[in-house]
Amino acid sequence: MIQQIDYFVIAPPLVLALAAGLVLLLDAFLPARRRAIIAERPGPSLPSRSGTATGLGLVTLAGILVALGFVVAQALGGGSPRSTFCVPPGLAGSGTLCSFVADGFTLVFAGMVLVAAVVIVLMSMTELAGGAIPVGEWYFLLLCTLVGAVTLPASRDLIMLVVALELVSLPVFALTALKRYDGRSSEAAVKLFVVSVVSTAIMLFGVSLLYGIAGSVYLSRLREVFGGQAMDLPAVVTVGVVLVVAGFAFKIAAVPFHSWAADVYQGAPVPVAALLSVISKAAGFAGLILVLVTALSGQAGTWAPIVAILSALTMTAGNLLAMRQRSAVRLLAWSSVAQSGYILAPLAVAATAPGAVGTSMAYLVIYAAMNLGAFAVVMLVSRAATRNELDDYRGLALRRPAAGVTLAFCLVCLAGLPPGLAGLFAKVFVFREIVGGGAGWLAVVMAVNTVIGLYYYAVWTARLFTPAGRPEPSPYRPPLTAWLAVGLALAAAVLFSVAPQLVLDLTSLSASG
Amino acid sequence: MMGWIPVALLAVPLLGALLLLLAPRTFRGVLPAYGLIFSGVTLALSLALLALYDYGGPARMRFELDLPWIPGLGLRLHLGVDGVSLPLIVLTALLTFLCFVYLCWGRARATGGFMSARPRALVFTLLVLEVGMIGTFLALDLLLFFVFFEIVLIPMYFLIGVWGGEGRRAASIKFILYTLLGSVVMLLGLLLVWAQTGTLDIEALTAAHGAGMPRSVQILAFVAIGIGLAVKTPMWPLHTWLPDAHTEAPTVGSVLLAGVLLKMGTYGFARIAIPVLPEGAAAVAPWLGAFAVVGIVYGALACLAQRDLKRMIAYSSVGHMGFVLLGFATLTPVGVNGALFANVAHGLITGLLFFLAGAVKERYHTSEMPALGGGMLATMPRLGSMLTFASIASLGLPGLAGFWGEMLALFGAFQPANGLPRGLFLTYMVIGGLGAVLTAAYFLVMLSRVTHGRPRDSAERHESPDERPIAVSLAPSDVRGYELAAWTPLVILILLFGLWPGLLLSLTTPPVQALLGALS
Repeated sequence: MIQQIDYFVIAPPLVLALAAGLVLLLDAFLPARRRAIIAERPGPSLPSRSGTATGLGLVTLAGILVALGFVVAQALGGGSPRSTFCVPPGLAGSGTLCSFVADGFTLVFAGMVLVAAVVIVLMSMTELAGGAIPVGEWYFLLLCTLVGAVTLPASRDLIMLVVALELVSLPVFALTALKRYDGRSSEAAVKLFVVSVVSTAIMLFGVSLLYGIAGSVYLSRLREVFGGQAMDLPAVVTVGVVLVVAGFAFKIAAVPFHSWAADVYQGAPVPVAALLSVISKAAGFAGLILVLVTALSGQAGTWAPIVAILSALTMTAGNLLAMRQRSAVRLLAWSSVAQSGYILAPLAVAATAPGAVGTSMAYLVIYAAMNLGAFAVVMLVSRAATRNELDDYRGLALRRPAAGVTLAFCLVCLAGLPPGLAGLFAKVFVFREIVGGGAGWLAVVMAVNTVIGLYYYAVWTARLFTPAGRPEPSPYRPPLTAWLAVGLALAAAVLFSVAPQLVLDLTSLSASG
Repeated sequence: MMGWIPVALLAVPLLGALLLLLAPRTFRGVLPAYGLIFSGVTLALSLALLALYDYGGPARMRFELDLPWIPGLGLRLHLGVDGVSLPLIVLTALLTFLCFVYLCWGRARATGGFMSARPRALVFTLLVLEVGMIGTFLALDLLLFFVFFEIVLIPMYFLIGVWGGEGRRAASIKFILYTLLGSVVMLLGLLLVWAQTGTLDIEALTAAHGAGMPRSVQILAFVAIGIGLAVKTPMWPLHTWLPDAHTEAPTVGSVLLAGVLLKMGTYGFARIAIPVLPEGAAAVAPWLGAFAVVGIVYGALACLAQRDLKRMIAYSSVGHMGFVLLGFATLTPVGVNGALFANVAHGLITGLLFFLAGAVKERYHTSEMPALGGGMLATMPRLGSMLTFASIASLGLPGLAGFWGEMLALFGAFQPANGLPRGLFLTYMVIGGLGAVLTAAYFLVMLSRVTHGRPRDSAERHESPDERPIAVSLAPSDVRGYELAAWTPLVILILLFGLWPGLLLSLTTPPVQALLGALS
């Protein structure tokens, strides 16, 4: 039987994959001579090389924008969700079983990932201008990660989910290690690799248990099996559920799988850290939501308390660890762990509160904007001050008002204070959802955590405005791309501050899908 | 109808701030006038509000504007004005304008004062501050109130931290951390109210008089909201940020901090805490009253011990705010009216006092009272008389604005609302009365040290170790024209409200009766 494939539906990942191949080819067909020269004498040939780098960056950017265009076209197309890779009607039995569905949930996640990817590519162009990192490999790996991140929210069977998740993770190890001259980078890559592989193994074991019980890998079929009479199910279901949750907990750096975050973020190039904190994390949440809410909603009695406890522990651990950090990237790493806890919190009541998934996503979208803004400025500063400690930010707002004010705004957003209204409203959404869902204790834990978070965000923000004791380390003129990245993230954060309803409208679409 | 005036009140200073941000270089030469124009237009709008306000009629919101902002949260852009907020809005616009007058022609601009250091940022900060302050008094939505309440913190932080005195860094961080912690607690209280009632609309919540919220929840919410407001007010023992912030802040910062920011805390009690949570208020009122009278006495004793003029005025604010809180704690129309009156009066008088203290500091380069050396009435008769006038107004001389509010607050304590322990409140009244005597004492001590006595001759001053050499070479001059321009409106209003308290009381009485509807 011939399976019909709807190429329009799979266009976004397809375009990204083609762009990845194209980048690799372009890189391969560059004259090898020039590379040899670069290896010997990096200085004089920099212009031509940076020309190549910019070219590859633009190809990548174009690929992402075309994919984004397809996502927008699918969203505007409206109608019922399109799907492909379906089991032919004759074999499916009751209902349709599809592996790839482009509904509201998919489109919101894919759109967010792709917009974040634009910012990250712009940041990459700044990072790669340094000339020490192989450009072709970088963009190829980046695009591969994006293919995974766009496929993952569309996946509706366990196998595709795992494959997509691995597609997100594997290129990131290599991306982390691409700073080959930096030992810390290699260490980070190994650490990431080991933790990731262990968590994948755990998750695969859980998935195999679920498959063994249900006899199907399709999420909709799993939902029927596990949603039915709970009495008939063997106790091993609980083990399967716990193992799957644990696997995803690694991706989102939830406790107890959080310890890799700071070392990896610090060791990796800054754009990769941004990628990890936004795209990789979004993919993890998409997977978690699909498995828990779509497939295992009948088992909420098992996973809801686990998720609630994980959420409370994650936000507390992240905030406490962030308080003592002196390095900007490490602080952002722990802060992003804490933010994971806030995003996770509504999922704890997802079984009883219908809007919970939408709330989590709203927080995730707002978090992506404000975190990318912070990373974009950190990126700028890291070019001039390689140690990138909080003290290097002293007086930033006076030296570079645009960068300083942007970082201040993003930090205030992350803290959740006016005028950073986006962060405040995001937290209020979450508060309302968990109080409404009956998890009052979680709301109290979150409130205490918000106060702890205020401390380190406020201390960093205050540093931006205190006059610097020493002169600027070295005069560095950031390229246009760096400012574009900063501007894009800031524009999103400001937009969400003024009209958070946009995010709510967007994500409520996804919740229904 | 007329809903555009509140919006314009917010939009004009915001527009001014945004223009400065978008076109940084365009206004370089005309910055002082630029600030003057935008704050002037805002003042004119607030006066238009005053003129068009419908004075008769029942207690209800005027100039209302109600637009959805975030339907998903039930958050609405709900603005409105009534007799409680109207005086405060005008006060805010007036004080901001006077600050710009002071800066515009101030000598500070010429001699390396703070107008020369980052003038654009200063004008920007003051305009944003004005947006936050006016917005707080206009907001009729819990979350919107919180947003404006918080927006104020950041410009004030920079005002202290960038243009402040020598210990500005520690003072500004103390200020922001203290108030942030208070705000988070307040936010939790507001969300608790929201979770219980399902609405954020202050008008609806006021009309409901706490219906739908059990007593325990009301108490919890009142305590949470009250802590946030009490930090801002400030109430003893949460006041410790205030003296440092005032001492280090530049003159305009001190004026706005004392004149308006403290009022935001007390306004919150009148607008949100008491009317929305009447049972909680009734349960907590005796405690509130106790903290208030401790604050009165503590503030007065602390003032007696101060050597620094600005620090002394800062502590006097703690005492005066104690009277305001005592008025609220009585939960009677008389007490609350008195509190609101004392609120406005304190804004005028303390604003004037900080202007004067700033002028003294500018001339003597110190505000340490022993270093000032006395005899100001002889050397600078006008400044000395101004200082005497403001001090006497502040200690509550009948016939000046400071008197009525405190008298009414004490009078309210004589006959507190039903259900409150009368004996306790009588004790509060007696202690508060003693505090008023102490207030008179420290102001008179201050005046005897600074304005009276024999001025030191210059040779003697030269030998004084406390004195900086610059004060010797420049003979300080008396009140200048621009200073007079900035201070005269305050003097006139202090006299006006002192002689004709009914002007303000007639405005506040109807809404106060409505706000206390469930209690009285």
